[in-house]
Amino acid sequence: MSEAPRSVVRTAVPRLVVTQDNEFWFRAAREGRLEIQRCADCHTLRHPPAPACPECRSFDWDTVESSRRCTLHSYTVIHHPRDDAFDYPLVVGLVDLEEGTRLVADVSGVDREELEFGMELEVCFAEHAHGEILPRLRRREKREEER
Amino acid sequence: MTGGGFSGAAAIAGIGATEFSKDSGRSEWQLACECVLAALDDAGVDAAEVDGFSLFTMENNPEIAVARALGIPRLSFFSRIPHGGGGACAPVQQAALAVATGVADVVVVYRAFNERSGHRFGAGPPPFAYTPSTDQEYRNWINPYGLLTPAQQEAFLAMLYMHKYGATSEDFGRISVLSRKHAANNPKAWFYGRPITLEDHQNSRWIAEPLRLLDCCQESDGGQALVIVSTERARDLPNPPAVIRAAAQGVGPQQISMSSYYRDDIDRLPEVNLVADQLWRQAGLGPAEIDAAVLYDAFTPMVLLQLEEYGFCGLGEAKDFVADGNLEVDGRLPVNTHGGQLGEGYIHGVNGIAEGVRLIRGTSTNQPAKPIENVLVTGGSPVPHSALVLGADG
Repeated sequence: MSEAPRSVVRTAVPRLVVTQDNEFWFRAAREGRLEIQRCADCHTLRHPPAPACPECRSFDWDTVESSRRCTLHSYTVIHHPRDDAFDYPLVVGLVDLEEGTRLVADVSGVDREELEFGMELEVCFAEHAHGEILPRLRRREKREEER
Repeated sequence: MTGGGFSGAAAIAGIGATEFSKDSGRSEWQLACECVLAALDDAGVDAAEVDGFSLFTMENNPEIAVARALGIPRLSFFSRIPHGGGGACAPVQQAALAVATGVADVVVVYRAFNERSGHRFGAGPPPFAYTPSTDQEYRNWINPYGLLTPAQQEAFLAMLYMHKYGATSEDFGRISVLSRKHAANNPKAWFYGRPITLEDHQNSRWIAEPLRLLDCCQESDGGQALVIVSTERARDLPNPPAVIRAAAQGVGPQQISMSSYYRDDIDRLPEVNLVADQLWRQAGLGPAEIDAAVLYDAFTPMVLLQLEEYGFCGLGEAKDFVADGNLEVDGRLPVNTHGGQLGEGYIHGVNGIAEGVRLIRGTSTNQPAKPIENVLVTGGSPVPHSALVLGADG
């Protein structure tokens, strides 16, 4: 058995399960867009993706692009066990997106002492365990038009 | 019978377990066979009479392997329930339904594993997590971001619960201290003779904030089995029957395994509430008539949340209910008198069902002085849930 190259991260994170139900979301993430699935009939947003609308049971859907602005709904700081794919302590957040759906992602650049319920964050995109481009949370930067 | 057609029709007539350890030194298959024989011996029923098995889907030792090893010649009923510890009480419901309808006469439930010396649930995703399917698709939304273990996945709920109701890490710690106190007096418990203080809890390291090491249940090797027969038959067997007064399962709105993060209130457990309603209806009683409880304690915060969802106290009041001593052996609602999975061992909740039986028989090592007529036993959360009400006969 040959030794694995040093650059190969040994991680317990399973590979993404990409299906016909969620492929749009991962494709958009690769392109730096956060999409939210929307019922084409009753316009209810939903996440995580699913083949039908839980409000009206329609199978027709499209997507809206999220502003990526969000607030912290809850969080955890992970210490153990440690996985090679992350740096610890690892902050993980559950956020309320401005559009109304929620999202889980790891938080970068915010110390645990600074974490506050309701704090303003934004979604950016970064490489994760197997090289996938997926959401990451960071402090919200004031955009030009907001200054 | 009240409400549920099978209420009172079946009973747990036998319980049997291996030792609970960190390294059993033998196969999971052997553990399964040993605990099944021990439970049949306790019930006074011959192995050849077993005609049904009801198991977890996560059970690695199939009913046919145990039947073959033990020379059980025929099975007419076999059933599997998903969702791990959440479903812990559901195989007993299946057994009760089978016995009540005459589909089977002697149904055995078992759970046997080397969960400490083999694959540890606390170490990372289980082997089946790597099989791409819609069953495992939910991992897409948690695992890539570092939520890999049950403790990490429950932390969001616990953190929000603390924020909402002013509960503290010490409030969680009181569950841990209580469990270890009970375990200290239970020779079968891994932590027999080893109680802890609240200070020990507070000094234990973080796992996933707000959960500390001593908020987490053990990882254990061992097996636990239960024998279910008709209540009528159970009356002729050596031990007093633990009558299955109620048994229910529940899935709530927008349920996702370990990560129902998209509901309005993520710190509520609607699936637990749904199970509670069914239990009270089937058994024709309510929380006031429950004399003791075995509440699934993979992690301490879930004991507080369950106390509230089952109606033993109001929302946000569990911390006071616990601090007031209600869960002690001489309290209003003795809880986890065997030491729970924090103190006795982690057999995926099935060892808790055995303690429910002992409480009804009057043989717990921490048997309350008051009469025990009805015991609530619950499965895990936040996953699809299950629970039982076991009652004294007559």
